[in-house]
Amino acid sequence: MPIVLRCHKGLGPTVTGTALVARDNFSARYDLDRKAGVFSRPTHALAGQSYAGQILVLDTAKGGVATAWMLRDMQTRGVVPLALVFNRVNPILAQGAAFGAVTMVDRFDGDVTDLIHTGDRLRIDPACGIVEILNRDP
Amino acid sequence: MRLTDEEQAMRAGALGEPRRWAIEHQIAVGEFFDAADLVPVSQAHIMADTESLGETGVAFLENLAAMPEAERRVRVPTLTDPRGLDFQTYKRLGQTEAMAALEARAIAALKAFGVLMTDTCINYQTIMPPTSGEHLAMGDTGVVIYSNSVFGARSNFEGGPSALAAALTGRTPRYGYHLDECRRATRRFRLTTQPRELSEWGALGGIVGRASGSYWEVPLIAGIDEAPGSDALKHFGAAMASYGSTALFHMPGVTPEATEFAGAAAETVPIGRAELDAFVAAYGATGDRVDIVVFAAPHLSLVEMAAVAAALDGRRVHADTTVLVATSPEIKHAADRMGLTRRIEEAGAIVAAGICFYQSYAGELAEANGWKRLLTNSAKLVNIIGGYGYRPTLASLERCVDSAVAGRIV
Repeated sequence: MPIVLRCHKGLGPTVTGTALVARDNFSARYDLDRKAGVFSRPTHALAGQSYAGQILVLDTAKGGVATAWMLRDMQTRGVVPLALVFNRVNPILAQGAAFGAVTMVDRFDGDVTDLIHTGDRLRIDPACGIVEILNRDP
Repeated sequence: MRLTDEEQAMRAGALGEPRRWAIEHQIAVGEFFDAADLVPVSQAHIMADTESLGETGVAFLENLAAMPEAERRVRVPTLTDPRGLDFQTYKRLGQTEAMAALEARAIAALKAFGVLMTDTCINYQTIMPPTSGEHLAMGDTGVVIYSNSVFGARSNFEGGPSALAAALTGRTPRYGYHLDECRRATRRFRLTTQPRELSEWGALGGIVGRASGSYWEVPLIAGIDEAPGSDALKHFGAAMASYGSTALFHMPGVTPEATEFAGAAAETVPIGRAELDAFVAAYGATGDRVDIVVFAAPHLSLVEMAAVAAALDGRRVHADTTVLVATSPEIKHAADRMGLTRRIEEAGAIVAAGICFYQSYAGELAEANGWKRLLTNSAKLVNIIGGYGYRPTLASLERCVDSAVAGRIV
């Protein structure tokens, strides 16, 4: 039986995939090499790691408005995270996820970067506000 | 969300596809943030540089821009943030014809909506300063934090698609900084020193932003001896928004809501000379060569343009160093008329209008020109530019110019 985490209702379709977790923040402009599909900011906790097809589990959003456009372009080119799972996002990430049809949820009971571990298999249902950790028992 | 009859008609497509798309986007975002309804806005400001848009975003704009004129025209005055390319300087900077072609397509699409191509992130200094209580849909973090904090206006960060949606519907979802309950201070800081120059105002903003750490935190900064000028608060706010995703600050004696929304944060964090110096020192690289010196992010005011011109008078930028000065088209015209552009360019620097470096294919520019070591007086820029492969250093305007002349960081 999976661990079930409840969150605020989110955006985008239901997806199943693998978690990449860090206690760090996020901006597509500040942190990513969007051509190579890797974290390029040297000081980011995930520097050098590929994000394409991963479920990113991070704390919150950084400054900058560019992510609102960038997620859709990344989606179209197929070099995009499968989903974004955050403790709390800012308007830009929400707007970008809505515009780019990228799955995104936030506002959990507890720190989601503790609750979810890198490598966990997750099923995210944004319409119901549920994230299931499929590979671990409660 | 509660929708008026007109909003429901937009949603049903009765006012055309652009407004149907726009209000559907706004409802999705509004419901995500539990907005009760939509609030009318008096201005929108769109960030739509082509590096962020990509081919996908430009094609999206073109698709909507091809709709009938009555359906696609914006409903409120709508301005643009800096663009990806300045047609007067792009070749000197090493930008490509493909970039120029994409830029031209984006501009044509935006004009078809009736957008005013202001191409600036200092519209609050140069175009139309907001008023207290005015609801806005501003599309640049520096513009939002300045409008909210210094003028007492009300805007969330509105990314390009959302700012365009607000322009098309004349509204935005009522959540976040449109609401009194989000505007109360949640963090308290007290200065035990005073910033001495614009780069230190930026550093102070960076320290407060980093410590605040979330869009939903509102810092209150006490201990300011004298009211800072507009350029100081511009660098302060822009850096805070960049490091902290912060959208509103209060400053007793300076900003209009500092008493009404003082909040009740229990702890006060002191910020002194040691903290400011440590922030700047973290980006230090004295003695290293410097590839590019950037004065931008935010755009320079006319007063800053005059200061750069004065610092460069009678000097020559080192042959191995590029100096880029970026301002708004309005200020560029004024600088041309007053001879400031000529003085800056006679020293070997480049003055660009309507671009802001990091929104202008900074990664491709690094590759095309072999740029790595960047020097600037903008704390916002040193925060952003690392992800593009640069090693940035923060210094005063005067030290930036001295270094540009020497070809190494002095």
